[in-house]
Amino acid sequence: MSEPLFEVTDLQVSFRGRSGPVNAVNGLSYTVMPGQVLGVVGESGSGKSVSSMGLLGLIRDRGATVTGSARFQGRELIGMPDRELRSVRGREIAMVFQDPMTSLTPVYTVGWHIAEQIRAHESISKKAARHRAIELLAEVGIPDPARRVDAYPHEFSGGMRQRAVIAMALACDPALLIADEPTTALDVTTQAQILDLMLRLRETHGSSIMVITHDMGVVSEIADRVLVMYGGRAVEAGTCREVFHTPHHPYTRGLLASVPRIGGEKLHRLPTIPGAPIASSERPTGCAFAPRCAERHDACTMQPLLTGDGHLSACWLTAPEVPA
Amino acid sequence: MISSKNGPWRTAGRQLIRNRPAMISAAAFLIILLACLAAPLYAHHVAHVDPLASNIAGTTVVDGRTADLLQQSTDGLGLGVTPLGPTWDPGHYLLGADNQGRDVAARLLYGGRNSLYIGLASAFVCCLLAAVLGIVAGYFGGWIDAVLARLFDVVWAFPVYLLAICLSVVLVSGGLHIGPLHLNAGSLLLPILIIAVIYVPYVARPLRGQVMALRERDFIQASIGSGAGDWRIMRREVLPNVLPTLIVFLPMMTALNMLTESALSFLSVGVQSPDASWGTIINDGLGLLYTRPVVTVAPGLLIALTAVALNVLGDGVRDALDPNARLRGGA
Amino acid sequence: MLGYTIRRIGAALFVLWAISVLVFLIFFATPGVDPAARIAGRNADPATLEQVRRSFGFDAPITTQYLKMMNHLFLERDLTSFVNRGSRVVPQITDALPATLSLVIGAAVIWMAVGIAMGTAAAAWRGKAADPVITLLGILGVSMPVYWLGEVINLFTQSRMHETVFRWVPPLGYVAPTENPWQWFLHLIFPWLSLAVLYAGIYARLLRGELIGALREDYVRTARAKGISERRILVRHALRCSLIPVVSLFGLDFGALVGGAGLLTEVVFGIPGIGHLTYNALQNLDLPVIMGTVMYAAFFVVLANAAVDLFYARLDPRVRHV
Repeated sequence: MSEPLFEVTDLQVSFRGRSGPVNAVNGLSYTVMPGQVLGVVGESGSGKSVSSMGLLGLIRDRGATVTGSARFQGRELIGMPDRELRSVRGREIAMVFQDPMTSLTPVYTVGWHIAEQIRAHESISKKAARHRAIELLAEVGIPDPARRVDAYPHEFSGGMRQRAVIAMALACDPALLIADEPTTALDVTTQAQILDLMLRLRETHGSSIMVITHDMGVVSEIADRVLVMYGGRAVEAGTCREVFHTPHHPYTRGLLASVPRIGGEKLHRLPTIPGAPIASSERPTGCAFAPRCAERHDACTMQPLLTGDGHLSACWLTAPEVPA
Repeated sequence: MISSKNGPWRTAGRQLIRNRPAMISAAAFLIILLACLAAPLYAHHVAHVDPLASNIAGTTVVDGRTADLLQQSTDGLGLGVTPLGPTWDPGHYLLGADNQGRDVAARLLYGGRNSLYIGLASAFVCCLLAAVLGIVAGYFGGWIDAVLARLFDVVWAFPVYLLAICLSVVLVSGGLHIGPLHLNAGSLLLPILIIAVIYVPYVARPLRGQVMALRERDFIQASIGSGAGDWRIMRREVLPNVLPTLIVFLPMMTALNMLTESALSFLSVGVQSPDASWGTIINDGLGLLYTRPVVTVAPGLLIALTAVALNVLGDGVRDALDPNARLRGGA
Repeated sequence: MLGYTIRRIGAALFVLWAISVLVFLIFFATPGVDPAARIAGRNADPATLEQVRRSFGFDAPITTQYLKMMNHLFLERDLTSFVNRGSRVVPQITDALPATLSLVIGAAVIWMAVGIAMGTAAAAWRGKAADPVITLLGILGVSMPVYWLGEVINLFTQSRMHETVFRWVPPLGYVAPTENPWQWFLHLIFPWLSLAVLYAGIYARLLRGELIGALREDYVRTARAKGISERRILVRHALRCSLIPVVSLFGLDFGALVGGAGLLTEVVFGIPGIGHLTYNALQNLDLPVIMGTVMYAAFFVVLANAAVDLFYARLDPRVRHV
């Protein structure tokens, strides 16, 4: 097995709340291997976006603290001075965000954005940067890139804009691309095209990808490994196949059951997970999912650990030893 | 309507009460208002003066001695007269006299009454007119909106003071006579109406946009779908939703209108002599600036103080009710 | 961009026309007001009244009156005052224009520079000492009578402290820059400051709010993720977008200043500009002069607005297509 590209251990992100600190991410650990696609799934509020933002110093809230370890190509990101971290952001680790409508500064052309990305990390002329921008736009499938490079974001459709954002993210050939809900704001056909594009670009640019989403469909289409998050913790992790075919955690099972299936038995109602995701400030002391879990029992008042061999799960049902 | 059961109003009220600068401002404004309302009490029972009649030959008592209200100038050629300066004695021309021998302190209170009356009344009239026009334009759309919006644009582009000057020049000296409506030249209703009208677009334009957005919302569409009449929807559904914005605008408009009144009065097309307002008193003080600066400085300070109080209060109300509400620009 | 320019100029022409009609109607068609008596001034003799009636065609239909008036104002430019018999209005206005422009443009440069600097500083160091100062200045800016501030400045620079700190301040008035640029500057420095300090506060406060909003936008997060320096994010992304509403307000305020606060400041500092002209005309109800100054000032304002809007379209690509 080769060296992991990115190794996160015991990540904690907490915010200053009205009554003491609130943990948004609690003891999260995962690894991304070179060339791998990791899917991080969870409902809103599960801490999935906050964890990646925290790693890269993108949480500017003064009351936020990020602790733990995040080793990227042998360098520790947490505690790295902002100046050094800046050379990682965009250069080594690029990000694509959810809403392409708002993620580009409206007053600059698409080409300007891409050129800014390149020139932030490489010293090349404006002309060369523009040339690269046109190439990148062509690569992400934007028709007539030599003309569209001078178009403003509002002149692009949502799907086109997301393509442009991806072109920008890939401009410096990053080792890792973190895509935070990259397809949520798009319609279904465009979603499939964007996922397809990302997979294709993984080949050409040699980037690993981390996809953060609430959509099991997206994960099944793109991910090699899956990490399921609930209440700021990882509750299940494994290969895509393992997690989809033999889900261990009741929460994962709930997620999978609520995805409609083509060719499956006809259901009168799609099963849902009862209750709503809990706010990070009012998590119970034990398993965070317990209040909504149909299979909870006495052990669930204690926090289960993420255990297993390869296919991990944080649930007393699958734990090797259950506390008395 | 504002009832104790109404959630958002109550929360907003609580938030406002917790906002210390806003509450201090509200108190300061109330004190100024009450002081000005008590002007006749001060004039009749403390100062014993008639603040409107000129009193060139009058005298008062300073340090136990009789002093002329208008004194022969001692410097230069000894030509001309200088009014009495501040005596710091409330019974005897506390802040001195103006160039007609009138008690400046008493006039400040009387002038404040007019300034505040004009500011408040024109703010109410303005918000009322703007609410009607803004809601009608935004709700009906179509040609009604096109005409009104164009009209707003024109008045918006027209510098308000110039428009006010035009209207005032024509109306203030001759009064307004339309059919049965007669407003005499000196009537305070004239500046109130003029100031209210010129600022209508300031309030109506943001309201119109808000109503246009509201109209697309589900609950309005549901009302339309259920066959409710236009006027009923505007009254029952639209108005309650824009009311917070209107309430946010009120204190700010009062401050703005008061400033406009003072400017018009300073230009002698606002409140007409012998009536006073803070603006006319500043104008009275123009010629006395270097000898008796208090005549100029005091009313200006009062204007600024009142306007600051109103604006801080307005900020507080905005934070509590509608953080996005904005009059033209920074206000 | 060309289409937008043409449309914007068209809109400006429409507003110009509408304003001229509005002003005309106020002066000539207000019910219960005899325009001839107004134009002739107070206590005019019957012969003058007759002359006024003929000159403006008051027995003709109202459209003819409007055209005659526009002719007097803009084509023949022979509108004359009846209070100061025989003095033509339009040349007085064009003579007064340089002083007004000197005042307003100088003040605008100062307040924009200071306002943008202060607003950016306040947003960048939010919660630090600069912040409440700017909030206070912004509130004072919308609360203080500008002309009164000018008076108080005069009180100190011309009288109370003139013998000590402000010995170098020249007496009130105006010197043309062609005559003596240094004296022009000295005469205008306090009028500029008195106008600029209030507006700078208003603009700093507006910009601060816009910037803080912009720094929360998604595009700023994207820019951060790109690894761009905080300074560049602040200036090139957040400030650039926040300037858009500031510039559009500037167009309106600049215009309002020419016709409003500037007018009062001219009076207070004895600057012989259009405002001073208007003020004198108001003192003796010299209607032709008032009409002329209002019309010209309004037109200038609309032109300034249109120019700002075209600049605005350069700043914000989105409006070019609306």
